[in-house]
Amino acid sequence: MRQTRIARNIWLGIENLLLHKLRSFLTMLGVVFGVGSVVAMLSVGEGASKEALEQIRKLGSNNIIVSSRKSAEEEATSTQRSHMSVYGLTYEDYRRIASSFSNIQQTAPVKLTRKDSRLRERKMELRIVGTTPDWFKLVPREILAGRVILKSDQEKQAPVTVLTEFGARKILATESTIGQTIRVGSDQFEVIGIVKSESGQAGNIQIPDQEIDAYIPIEVARRYFGDIFTKRTSGGDESEMVELHQVIVQVDDPKKVEAVAAGIERMLQQFHKKQDYTVSVPLALLKQAEAMKRRFNIVLGSIAGISLLVGGIGIMNIMLASVTERTREIGIRRAIGAKRRQIVFQFLIETVVLSTIGGLIGLGVGTLIPFLITYFSGMITLITWKGILVPLLISMTIGILFGLYPAVHAAKVDPIVALRHE
Amino acid sequence: MVRQATSENHQEIIKLVNARKIYQMGTEQVKALAGVNITFNKGSFWAIMGPSGSGKSTMMNILGCLDRLTSGSYYLDGKDVSRLDDDSLSEFRLRYLGFIFQSFNLIPQLTVQRNIELPLYYLGWDARESAERAKELAEKVGLADRVGHRPTELSGGQMQRVAIARALANDPHVIFADEPTGNLDSTTGEQILELLMKLNEAGKTIIIVTHEPDIAKHAHSRLHMLDGQIDRIEGNSK
Repeated sequence: MRQTRIARNIWLGIENLLLHKLRSFLTMLGVVFGVGSVVAMLSVGEGASKEALEQIRKLGSNNIIVSSRKSAEEEATSTQRSHMSVYGLTYEDYRRIASSFSNIQQTAPVKLTRKDSRLRERKMELRIVGTTPDWFKLVPREILAGRVILKSDQEKQAPVTVLTEFGARKILATESTIGQTIRVGSDQFEVIGIVKSESGQAGNIQIPDQEIDAYIPIEVARRYFGDIFTKRTSGGDESEMVELHQVIVQVDDPKKVEAVAAGIERMLQQFHKKQDYTVSVPLALLKQAEAMKRRFNIVLGSIAGISLLVGGIGIMNIMLASVTERTREIGIRRAIGAKRRQIVFQFLIETVVLSTIGGLIGLGVGTLIPFLITYFSGMITLITWKGILVPLLISMTIGILFGLYPAVHAAKVDPIVALRHE
Repeated sequence: MVRQATSENHQEIIKLVNARKIYQMGTEQVKALAGVNITFNKGSFWAIMGPSGSGKSTMMNILGCLDRLTSGSYYLDGKDVSRLDDDSLSEFRLRYLGFIFQSFNLIPQLTVQRNIELPLYYLGWDARESAERAKELAEKVGLADRVGHRPTELSGGQMQRVAIARALANDPHVIFADEPTGNLDSTTGEQILELLMKLNEAGKTIIIVTHEPDIAKHAHSRLHMLDGQIDRIEGNSK
């Protein structure tokens, strides 16, 4: 009984709103756009944080990446002819890092060179990553075929390589993959496995793997390719000697990542005269990136909130006009015996119906916008239950909030005066 | 006080005891009712008359529970309603009273049926029952074929019939009619009056406020107001 009465009241409210279709629609528009922008904003925010989580997973949330870098002084002198730059992390650094910290779970050294690789007539430049089996634990990627490098390969200094999906497609094409021998530079390597790559940028953080990687045991890389790299430039040959390009460190506890990073930095300072390395902590960078996104969301949210507020004021304005217009009706209802709160309820229901319908339409608009955003900008958007319910509740609340004043205003009308109102 | 009131004559439906209504107009006090004592019996048919400013509208508002006395008492069906709050007065209007106005006061966006149903809606009747009752009443006032129309599609006389049907919906003890024929031509006015007389014969107490003697003559009793007081009473107060 109670329920049907409320349904009837709502229906009466809708009937009244339908009497002025255009006016009701225009009044609604404010809420439509307000809710629409809130929904869109939330979906962009959710998408961004989902993206951030995805990147943490790709980078390894417990990882520290120590990279070699040409120091500023070195950069200045390296333009000279036949000069050899010596810089970066050493095998000794790797050994020290791996053995000095109790919180370090595993470390992987990375030695990089670029080599032309070929299988018969197919040729492409690969990034040769000399590393240890630990790499595959630190940068976990799906194994598509075969296996990854094992300790035994390391011990045997076996000329084996694990390709990434993209590189493998280019070089191997349709040929059977595992067991195939490819030429890297002037050496032969047996392909033992293929892994997926998830290269991409995480803000300003480079993900450790690339899609043209070929992984080989580090000992093999050192023996075959050495530590000296020569680049042909217009000014002559430019040589540099770098033992290791990266050391990837995994810490056992996310809370200790930053402390360990600081420790590594201190230790490297002792052994390096120049600042020829960088220590980057993806987690810290991600935290920064996320804090920025949060600020961005707050700004977006405030703008969406303002448009909702404007929508609410629009409703209030029209309802106040409607109350004045319907003063006589209010007087009639009061004379017949309607109590003040029944008048309040009547007008309140109209505003809530108006704002809720506006909210529902806004929801439709708001779920469409993220699709367009994703379509045109490639930004990930995500619509969650929270992202739908919150704006809907907000629109209903706005109906109550901004409807209350006009409704109370209506109920204050003196029936005697109202009945004389023209 | 209530006990004292209920012990009084069962024939009385309305009783004003030393009723005063004073309006503050700036610095001046206007005595719209200056100590009125009167009793209306159940089933009577009254006309309240008087020139404008005589207090007859105030009288109507007080009796119709739309306004409160400054001092004195008003007993409606034996209950003192002069000190009630707004909600209780609304309740009394809803259950005891029916109103008919000079300008009909129908709600323009509602159909005839919905207008008639209005008191039932506030009484909490369910939709089906109130629809049935509204149709019955429309038939009673001769508008059975108009229930789906809106007031603007009706003539003045028809609108007033709808108003009467609406006033009857809650089966009121007293029907107040404020210049009910004021906006109607004399023939239609006559028909409306006949309808009211028929209702009176059926047992309803009817109080008309008018300044037209032609209308007032149909009532059994006439109460002439002047300067907020009863000037004289004519006819038999049944």
